[in-house]
Amino acid sequence: MNWGSASEFFAMGGHAFYVWGSFGACALLMLVEPILAKKRRSQALIELKREIRANQDSQDETTS
Amino acid sequence: MNTRLSTRLSNWFGYASPATFYPLAGKMIPWFWALAAVFGILGLYISFFVAPTDAQQGEGYRIIFIHVPASWMSMFIYLVMAFWAALGLGFNTRLSGMMATSLAPTGALMAFLSLWTGALWGKPMWGTWWVWDARLTSELILFFLYIGFIALQSAIDDPRRADKAGAVLALVGVVNIPIIYFSVKWWNTLHQGASVSLTRSPSMAQTMLLGMLLMALAFWMYAIAVSLTRVRAIILERERHAGWVEELSEVQS
Repeated sequence: MNWGSASEFFAMGGHAFYVWGSFGACALLMLVEPILAKKRRSQALIELKREIRANQDSQDETTS
Repeated sequence: MNTRLSTRLSNWFGYASPATFYPLAGKMIPWFWALAAVFGILGLYISFFVAPTDAQQGEGYRIIFIHVPASWMSMFIYLVMAFWAALGLGFNTRLSGMMATSLAPTGALMAFLSLWTGALWGKPMWGTWWVWDARLTSELILFFLYIGFIALQSAIDDPRRADKAGAVLALVGVVNIPIIYFSVKWWNTLHQGASVSLTRSPSMAQTMLLGMLLMALAFWMYAIAVSLTRVRAIILERERHAGWVEELSEVQS
């Protein structure tokens, strides 16, 4: 164990800004990227459904 | 013999069809997330609680546990992206181009993290955020190659033509990867030499090496999980007129 207390852990021996700036940016980006990727898929699904519904409607109109 | 080989080949190419790959990728994604989480938790634990304080750099050196994995992945993802791009160019397989397109943002993220953590490490250790030395400059070029690839593809409306143009750019850019890797050997750089090499024993403590390797595995699994998620979105976008897409349960509901 390297740390005597929690505050010592967060201080990172005086390098807190650099260490947490690195790990923080990494955590943030790795949280945002999957969310954006999932959003892109659900957006694609929404558009697909809209397109299919539009096709069905136009087919219904021609048959009736 | 011939028929067996051809069925094996057609099975193999079967996975290259978006209709087969889409559900397969969906099943694999949770497993890669689980692996990324396991490796990440173990890696972070070792990075902060097991690996000892560095004699010269104090606690600041702990940036290495994300800087090196991000740098490795930025180069590795580029090679994988170029491989898929080349396959698409050579065999005209639809999925290859989608894979290349899907990998580019994750590669750009890794290259950015490599530069960002490098700057935050350079400031306290070298006294500067940035120097125009060979290692840093070639990594910056890698970041621009990813951005250029994404920009070029999004500027071309026809996806097949976008794949081809992107593939040419990706393949030309491959020359940059050995330049990054060997830059610390070929030129006199401020950046330190390789801490892990295949030819000699690593110049670091065993626990540090273990932490770094676990973090690299976590980044690797993350990259697979997120790029598979994205490729599923790209498949839906590009194959929306194919019959199999309309029959998917998530489209039917």
